[in-house]
Amino acid sequence: MHDYEVFTVGSKAEVLEQSREYWNPGKTDFWVESGIDLVIDRRESYFIWDMSGIRLIDVHLNGGTYNLGHRNPELVEALTTGMRSFDIGNHHFPSSARAALAQALIRSAPPSLAKVVYGSGGGEAIDIALKTARHATKRRKIVSIVRAYHGHTGLAVAAGDDRFAKLFLADRPDEFAAVPFNDLAAMEAALHGGDVAAVIMETIPATYGFPLPEPGYLEAVKALCERYGSLYIADEVQTGLMRTGEMWAITKHGIEPDILVTGKGLSGGMYPIAAVLVSEKCGRWLTEDGFAHMSTFGGAELGCIAALKTLEICSRPATRSMVHYIADLIGTGLRAIQSRYPDWFTGIRQNGVVMGLEFDHPEGAKFVMRHLYQAGVWAIFSTLDPRVLQYKPGLLMTPELCEELLERTEAGIAGARAEARRPGGSRR
Amino acid sequence: MSAAPADPPTMPASSTAATWRARQMLARAHWAAGAFATYDRASVLRIAEAAATAAHGAARRYAEWAVQETGFGVAEHKVIKNEACSLGILERYRDEDYVSPRVDAAAKIMSLPRPAGVVLALTPSTNPVCSVFFKVIIALLTRNAIVVSPHPMAKDCCTDAALLLASAATQAGAPDGTIQVVTEATVPLIEALMSDPVTDVIVATGGTAVVAAAHRSGNPALGVGPGNVPVLVDASADLPAAARRIVDSKAFDNSVLCTNESVLVVEESAADQLLREMQRQHAAVLDVGATGKLRAYLFPDGRLNGEAIGKGAAWIADRAGVRVPPRARVLVTPFDLVVPEEPLAREKLSPVLGLVRAQTAARGIEAARAVVRLGGAGHSAAIHSRDPQTIMAYGGRVPVLRIAVNVGNSTGSSGLDTNLAPSMTLGTGFVGHSSIGENLEPRHLVNWAQVAYNADASVPFDDFTGLAVARRPDGPVPAYPRASNLAATPGPSAGPSAGPSAGASVSDGLREQLRALIIEELQQLVQG
Repeated sequence: MHDYEVFTVGSKAEVLEQSREYWNPGKTDFWVESGIDLVIDRRESYFIWDMSGIRLIDVHLNGGTYNLGHRNPELVEALTTGMRSFDIGNHHFPSSARAALAQALIRSAPPSLAKVVYGSGGGEAIDIALKTARHATKRRKIVSIVRAYHGHTGLAVAAGDDRFAKLFLADRPDEFAAVPFNDLAAMEAALHGGDVAAVIMETIPATYGFPLPEPGYLEAVKALCERYGSLYIADEVQTGLMRTGEMWAITKHGIEPDILVTGKGLSGGMYPIAAVLVSEKCGRWLTEDGFAHMSTFGGAELGCIAALKTLEICSRPATRSMVHYIADLIGTGLRAIQSRYPDWFTGIRQNGVVMGLEFDHPEGAKFVMRHLYQAGVWAIFSTLDPRVLQYKPGLLMTPELCEELLERTEAGIAGARAEARRPGGSRR
Repeated sequence: MSAAPADPPTMPASSTAATWRARQMLARAHWAAGAFATYDRASVLRIAEAAATAAHGAARRYAEWAVQETGFGVAEHKVIKNEACSLGILERYRDEDYVSPRVDAAAKIMSLPRPAGVVLALTPSTNPVCSVFFKVIIALLTRNAIVVSPHPMAKDCCTDAALLLASAATQAGAPDGTIQVVTEATVPLIEALMSDPVTDVIVATGGTAVVAAAHRSGNPALGVGPGNVPVLVDASADLPAAARRIVDSKAFDNSVLCTNESVLVVEESAADQLLREMQRQHAAVLDVGATGKLRAYLFPDGRLNGEAIGKGAAWIADRAGVRVPPRARVLVTPFDLVVPEEPLAREKLSPVLGLVRAQTAARGIEAARAVVRLGGAGHSAAIHSRDPQTIMAYGGRVPVLRIAVNVGNSTGSSGLDTNLAPSMTLGTGFVGHSSIGENLEPRHLVNWAQVAYNADASVPFDDFTGLAVARRPDGPVPAYPRASNLAATPGPSAGPSAGPSAGASVSDGLREQLRALIIEELQQLVQG
């Protein structure tokens, strides 16, 4: 019996059964069949506990949503205090919380960005960004990269891989073009017609397994955008908020984007919120028709409070320093592990605590995910490149926890290798 | 490193944003300490020297700033302390090795240094910047990270001083976050830091309350409480020399130190001559009426009048309505008995010296005991005598842990004019409710892991020559997080890393590195 005060459940099996019946049978069965029969019970710091009591170190973090840990006590305190005065608010009116967060976001961002539009989640924020680009350029076409992922709402899903669009007949090939990542010639070919509103890119494409932009690639794309009158939209949902050791990864490239999208971690994992930062020029619709995009939950005031505190924590010198230490320790540790399994653990893609681990098997990351789970670590494979494991340590980890994580990681990687290399051992 | 706790720490009962920020400083320091603990001796000395040199160069500026900010003390005297606590401390301990393994082949024991880790240093208002210098430098010498929490009355000068040292240390290669400073200290914030599980040791200098809180915190604490220093002069003493030393020491830094003499106990037969000699040194000996006025001013309702702390003798006399020569350096106030109801027998933190006459040296020793009974147990006492029997009896009877002989106590017990360890932090030992009974020095901030072999002669000991666990850092610590596909060009000397479609060049890599360096520097400037 698990008593959550507001409701109770009898057992984990009961939850799985209810989920199959009333919620999402496909997802429920997928995880059970994958050997990850996780139903999260307690959560705290960088730990989650399955209903069976098993503790896992979370390096999935829902794409950085839990950058600061689960139920970060400082955030809990800020929100608890905030709830004495605030609720979601009324989205039609100016609000103290929204204004304060907008100011804080703009101050944290590259100087090109001037105004903030709020959404309730990353997908909506991407839609806002694309609509904004279309309004600003009076062009309709959007260019993204092959295997891109930007969310599941109308425009966002169309900008991403067909994997999520075609099922719902939501692909729009006439308006959305995709070019291979790191291919400047293809990018130029897509832009040179002068009909592209914007190029949208994650600074490091997460769901594609964090392939790193080749040196100079993003800078060159930005230059192409300027040449052909297209806008540059930096999707920083997973790479922002200090994950690369700077507040926004795009600044490590010296790029001042026309639009920047943030979500996930901005919520502190406590109250959903997403935001689009736009240049003065792109944001003209906010003057022309301030009611053009409406969202009851977009910029919810409790979300603003969570985001303000999150932004403040992320901007502390101590946080930045710790991210650099964590990136250094875990990077060094992973390279040592790699040197012991070079035929299996074939690559490490890393920028700060954004990491993709490559394995020598078309679905290598699924093996590793399962074995890491058995070793007490939760990390997820890359949906659009299952060779690669997304490995996303938190910003505030202690040295002790990093060392424990590395020991468990090596056990998981070794176990996965043994299984994958066993004759006929593949469970694809 | 110990294993992670099974359960993460829970939320503290009450907190503020400032407390959270300060707690995160400890977390950052914990990372820094882990990195620093691997440094080799040459790197450690280079870092300590850089910090000490920067401190020494700013000794006068901070001396004046401290006097201006706190209103306590004498700038000239603070210069002396600031210099002693910077390059002075470094020179004193430069040849001590707190980094390399020690091998005792005869005992078949090898010892490996294990730094404390994160030192939380509370520094006082009376000895502000020299305490920051002192604690930072001994932390650096032992490869510890330190978070300094200055007394609020001296926070500006101390914060600036700590940041100066942080900058110098980091530029010399110290790990990022090795030296940090709390700028918004409050009582709940300090209590939160003291009890934080990341704090490895508290070095607390200050009032009784803060030291007691440090010991209560649940973390190891080297707490140092107040003094109340008796000085005995017997008939055998070199009276002109004793007079000069006592007046100089009492006037030093306007007597705000815990080591300044508090009550002079003089053997009756030597009293008149001693007082004449002291007057020659510009001590003003007050009569009963003037003493009464001064007592009323200094302890208006039985408690020490804060405005007098660290002020000059003439200024205090004027405020008390007592006429003294304008050049008076010390006010001597006679009274009959050292008893709790006599406030002048307590610590006065100003150049006011109690005076008691004793019929014999033995009676004088009992009077000195009475002084320490009122306060300052375990701290320090002074004696001016040429009679070893009296000196030994004094040391045996007066419950303090350092006795300065034929020297002023303020520079004597703090090790500046004796061969005690020079220190701004004097342990008061068991009798003074402290875990440390000596003058704090670097060795107190490091443990030694003892690698002990089977004592049986048939089991051989090993030769560890040339083996080392410490190393020289090969760049900034931690390294700036560059994308791993740029790592092929770690330095400006390496070739270009451009991919087929990329426009990157050596200059791009260099620019990125420079940028990282500049960001690091800016970070140091603004770090809290």
